[in-house]
Amino acid sequence: MAGGAGCWLMEFLSGSEMIAKGAMAAGCRAFFGYPITPASEIMELMAEDLPKAGGIFRQMEDEIAASAASIGASWAGVKAMTATSGPGFSLIQENIGMATMLEIPLVVVDAQRMGPSTGVPTVGSQQDLMQAIWGRHGDQLPLVLCPSSFGELYTMTIEAFNLAEMLRTPVILLTDGHLANLRSSVSIDQAYEVVDRKVLDAKDATAPFQTDESLVPGFPPLGKGFNVLLDTLSHDERGYPTSSAGKTERLLVRLREKIVRSIDKIWMREQSGVNDSKEIVVSYGSSAIAARRAVDMARSQGKKVGLLVMKTMWPLDERAMKQILNGKQRIIVVEQALGQLAWLIRPFAGESEVVSITSLGRPPRPKKVEQVILNEA
Amino acid sequence: MRPDSSPLRHLREDRLPTMWCTGCGNGAVMSAFLGAVDDAKLDMKMIAVVSGIGCSGRIGGYIKADSIHVAHGRALPVALGAKLTRPDLTVVAFMGDGDAYSIGGNHLLHAARRDDDVKAFVINNMVFGMTGGQQSPTTPSSVIEGPLLARSPKPLDGPTLCAVLGASYVARWSTADFMELRNSMKTALTTRGFCLVEALSQCPVQFGKRVTRDPLGLMKWIKDRTIRVDDAVSKRTTEGKMLVGEFTKGGKGLRPELGELIGG
Repeated sequence: MAGGAGCWLMEFLSGSEMIAKGAMAAGCRAFFGYPITPASEIMELMAEDLPKAGGIFRQMEDEIAASAASIGASWAGVKAMTATSGPGFSLIQENIGMATMLEIPLVVVDAQRMGPSTGVPTVGSQQDLMQAIWGRHGDQLPLVLCPSSFGELYTMTIEAFNLAEMLRTPVILLTDGHLANLRSSVSIDQAYEVVDRKVLDAKDATAPFQTDESLVPGFPPLGKGFNVLLDTLSHDERGYPTSSAGKTERLLVRLREKIVRSIDKIWMREQSGVNDSKEIVVSYGSSAIAARRAVDMARSQGKKVGLLVMKTMWPLDERAMKQILNGKQRIIVVEQALGQLAWLIRPFAGESEVVSITSLGRPPRPKKVEQVILNEA
Repeated sequence: MRPDSSPLRHLREDRLPTMWCTGCGNGAVMSAFLGAVDDAKLDMKMIAVVSGIGCSGRIGGYIKADSIHVAHGRALPVALGAKLTRPDLTVVAFMGDGDAYSIGGNHLLHAARRDDDVKAFVINNMVFGMTGGQQSPTTPSSVIEGPLLARSPKPLDGPTLCAVLGASYVARWSTADFMELRNSMKTALTTRGFCLVEALSQCPVQFGKRVTRDPLGLMKWIKDRTIRVDDAVSKRTTEGKMLVGEFTKGGKGLRPELGELIGG
């Protein structure tokens, strides 16, 4: 889903505004939220923008209600989103699992802050990566997208909606307080492609979970007499609850396979100088800004070093990851967490040495990364 | 052959019989609802059914309607999201006492306070039935034994709570008051704003362990522990029983004559 052919608008915006504008451009017409630092601004912006576009906004009693109401709105046919930060993200896990099982498109923004529990609300981090991937009970494959530049806050919000609608599944847009609170002048691609959900055909209403080769069932519209039951219980192709091992396995495998099958569309990354260097810097999110700069600085001094900036954190294209990382002498991981990204890439690193640069409490400094690349640290 | 006007035409017949135990009150409540839909002359096509978790939550899977069986306690916010998106639909939420008054208590509080245009039907069997008969927020202290949870001084009274918070319509009946229950559900379906109808219902298998496993005997036990609003008002006492009837009308708060009774 590449960008459209140029209808650019220059603006001076905050990161939260980029996400809100991206959501509106993607066709989001329902937002339910609960105040939390540093994600509140996204909610405040949606509260202004949505009613003007005929959309729905409500501040709810907690994040559980916010995510549940978003699911209700999406069930009723509109693109829906909620945005939160760490403590709220913990509460929302339940309903990310619900959206997975009900196959309801949903976008959840987590503007990460630092530390467990209340932590440091005003400081960004990248400490929710593992929670985004693994935070819920039961086998499931969430999509975790992570904007790695200011501009991508906008485009990847649209990608998040596109993938949620295309695959009938929740998508987590993982960003952080640093990016959300940043202000920058930026060009916005106003012609970015937008995807809408496939609607269930009336003739398929008696077996609404029977699918074509995409494995993604059409979405049942309300009020047309389709009488489709969406059930959080394990269910068969009619949507009826079942505890049968065979039917449950079929459902869980399909929920996984429909996503794996689209890995080419899902897995986004940026890479440079990967093939002709023995060393590579791997980063993502707001840390990638320093990683890019450090690699540029090292290269300008004649150092051969590759760069991988991951934009889809889950699921991974395992084959591509192996091709990029395997056989490197040294993999330098740059992140704002105590080794979560390092842990994520280790299975693909083979015999390579993995060097972790962690920066807690502020984005990593390019100079420090450069020193590690040049073995000066 | 059943006549085409039978409420049974609203059921997914390929899912019958239901999973409910013999003598369970859920069937009566579901039947009252189906009757109320017909009484209100509503098209089932334009009703969206949300249900929570527990035996009561299975109702959404038996009614032939657009329905969604959500996570425990979350029926009300899901219903609100759907209603705001599709104001042309009537959105109902079936919950048990665990859903509405325990895990989803915060949502109930705010749905009533905001007067969300959602119809909440709570089947209060005063017990966690599906999980084995544990104490719920509405279990009467008189039947609580053993060390599982401390004896609550007072069960949670959902209808009073919602009336005080400004819900548009609130009523409670037992399954023994079938026609009254059906009529109140009709009123709820045709009233704008947050409407809650609680059905005191018998669970002969799990709650029955505490009282009697005989379904009719349990219905009578429950009925004997209720008093009609009008009787209580004229007697100036609830006699320590649960009020049944209409708690509020028109969103004007708890009926003033009930405030005195409940407060005292």
